Amino acid sequence: MTVMNSLKLLALFVALTVSLSARAAATPAPDTMSERAKPCLACHASEGRKARDEYYPRLAGKPAGYLFNQMTHFRDGRRQHRAMSLLMEKLSDDYLRQLAGYFSGLPAHYVAPQAQGTMAPPPLLTQGDTARKIPACIACHGKEFLGSAFTGPDKPAIPGLLGLPADYISAQLGAWKVGTRLAAAPDCMADIAKALSAAEVSTIATWLASQPLPAGSHPASSIATDLPVRCGSVDSVQEIPAPAPAAKP
Amino acid sequence: MKRLLTIVLTVLVLIACALALAILMGEREDDSPAVAAIEKPSPELIARGAYLAQAGNCLGCHTTRGGQPYAGGRELPTPFGTFVTPNITSDKESGIGSWTSQDFWRALHYGKSRDGRVLYPAFPYTEYTRIKREDADAMFAFLQTIAPATQKSAADRLDFPYSVRPLLYVWRALYFKPGIYAPIPAQSEEWNRGAYLVQGLGHCNACHSTRNALGAAGGAALGGGQVAGRSWYAPSLTSDSEAGSGARTNEETMRLLSTGLADKGAAAGPMSEVISQSLQHLNPADLRAMAVYLKSLSSPSPAKTTTAPTFTAEVQARIDKGARIYEKECKDCHGGSGKGNAGAYPALAGNPGVTLASPVNTIRSVLDGGFVPVTKANPRPYGMPPFAQSLSNEEIAQVVSFIRNAWGNQASVVSAVQVDKSGSD
Repeated sequence: MTVMNSLKLLALFVALTVSLSARAAATPAPDTMSERAKPCLACHASEGRKARDEYYPRLAGKPAGYLFNQMTHFRDGRRQHRAMSLLMEKLSDDYLRQLAGYFSGLPAHYVAPQAQGTMAPPPLLTQGDTARKIPACIACHGKEFLGSAFTGPDKPAIPGLLGLPADYISAQLGAWKVGTRLAAAPDCMADIAKALSAAEVSTIATWLASQPLPAGSHPASSIATDLPVRCGSVDSVQEIPAPAPAAKP
Repeated sequence: MKRLLTIVLTVLVLIACALALAILMGEREDDSPAVAAIEKPSPELIARGAYLAQAGNCLGCHTTRGGQPYAGGRELPTPFGTFVTPNITSDKESGIGSWTSQDFWRALHYGKSRDGRVLYPAFPYTEYTRIKREDADAMFAFLQTIAPATQKSAADRLDFPYSVRPLLYVWRALYFKPGIYAPIPAQSEEWNRGAYLVQGLGHCNACHSTRNALGAAGGAALGGGQVAGRSWYAPSLTSDSEAGSGARTNEETMRLLSTGLADKGAAAGPMSEVISQSLQHLNPADLRAMAVYLKSLSSPSPAKTTTAPTFTAEVQARIDKGARIYEKECKDCHGGSGKGNAGAYPALAGNPGVTLASPVNTIRSVLDGGFVPVTKANPRPYGMPPFAQSLSNEEIAQVVSFIRNAWGNQASVVSAVQVDKSGSD
């Protein structure tokens, strides 16, 4: 191969690369929710992700109403996380509903708990404590702790409690206790968290985090509408358009 | 002895004169006449007032995150201490419900509160003084229709000596002269409307100019400057090497103002607040007027010169490392040749926002990411992930150095220390 030939080849290669990249730039960004959700995915992997010093919970498969509430809480200063506040800052309710619907429709992947527990659940989870006005967790979060997906105004969006690390659960209850995590008034979870002792928070978190999940677990599509306490987040959620049908797990 | 006494006395008299002059100058008003209050504002007047209040972005400062609109309480950190914005709803106690339109005019036009106290120029009366009386009255009529919010703002927390309010007389004597915008007859009506909006209601100069040690807008009007109390640089609106609009069509500037997206670059940080709360609501005629006026100010000369680095082995190594990070983290959206994707991901090649002398905006964009604001024209914007949690300061410095020197871009390289310093608000 002569020098001339290799130069020609090189020129051809450069021309091709240039035209290809020019074409790539001309293709508009896909007009999809998955393209729009890219900034979220940098942290929120489909299974939840432990990072340097914090935990990014999964969003996939969570009730849309719950996700929508959390995004507005970050935007409006009821939950504190610098990056989340900045990201949500200039987004409308409408758009956040669409993002919530998108994530809610993704199949959930649960991580197997690190240490599986076989102990019976602490009584607070299953019975609550009437004397201290603490309802049983299962009364709202479901018998299997999988929460309930929002499907209509009478069926509240309540998150599941499994597939989360113990320190994340403790941190959320702790934040409610000290008032750095707020939900719409009446903030039922704040009242409950304030009634719990640190030891109880730890017991609950450890037990929940050690539970395995049955394959294909989904939030219940409905739940008893007679909740034991009034929760502003449940009352205030408006209809969220049904997400794209979830892929079968 | 007698001579010393004379000198001391003379100096004292001079100081007293200077103070008297400062108070006189600081108190000065122009000859705008008192106007009778409008008894029953018409719905049209209120609607016009609502529009003007949006153009003036009153909401931006007078509302906390998630708080009741116009109820105040937002903290404005500045080099002089923290200001807390007042409630301007119609509440009679904590808002301005017991004010008259004349009181409101005094605040806007003269920077004086209802009780005659002079106001700190964190309230941009240095710009709002350009607003016409009838516009101020319409804004007041609108503000009086806002449901009262009973919420008293905390006191400002200012450092000494700025906390001594009478010193404001000196400041005002030096830097403030009341007066509504005077149209320039040689210019078109459209140009004058644009100038009125940019200089007055829009108070663009409050951010887009350099502030001197006393917080007064110094330097060239709209010549760009560090945003007070924030790690963002408000680029020059006159120099085409920054955000000047010489190379843009008026349509593109209108699009930039109303959506935050231009062919090259996107608005970020404090400007996306302004777009979200204020500019997106302006009608096309006003947007065009602003574009026409801004274009007439633009000049190709750089506001501040950026120094392309000398490509020593060390600098080259830094840029090469940055290129590898770009390949992995940025290329997917911004493209291998930095051309971006119009309407979604801004071009980085030839984007003047990337090569500003101050790299702070690019650093902040990489650290915090962010969505383009939701606007009527762009209800489902695309966005960029934050990288503060996944890249180290050193890595961010490398990738920003690369972006500032790739595809024909030329600007100084960035150090991890600069990234660290840009990390707060």
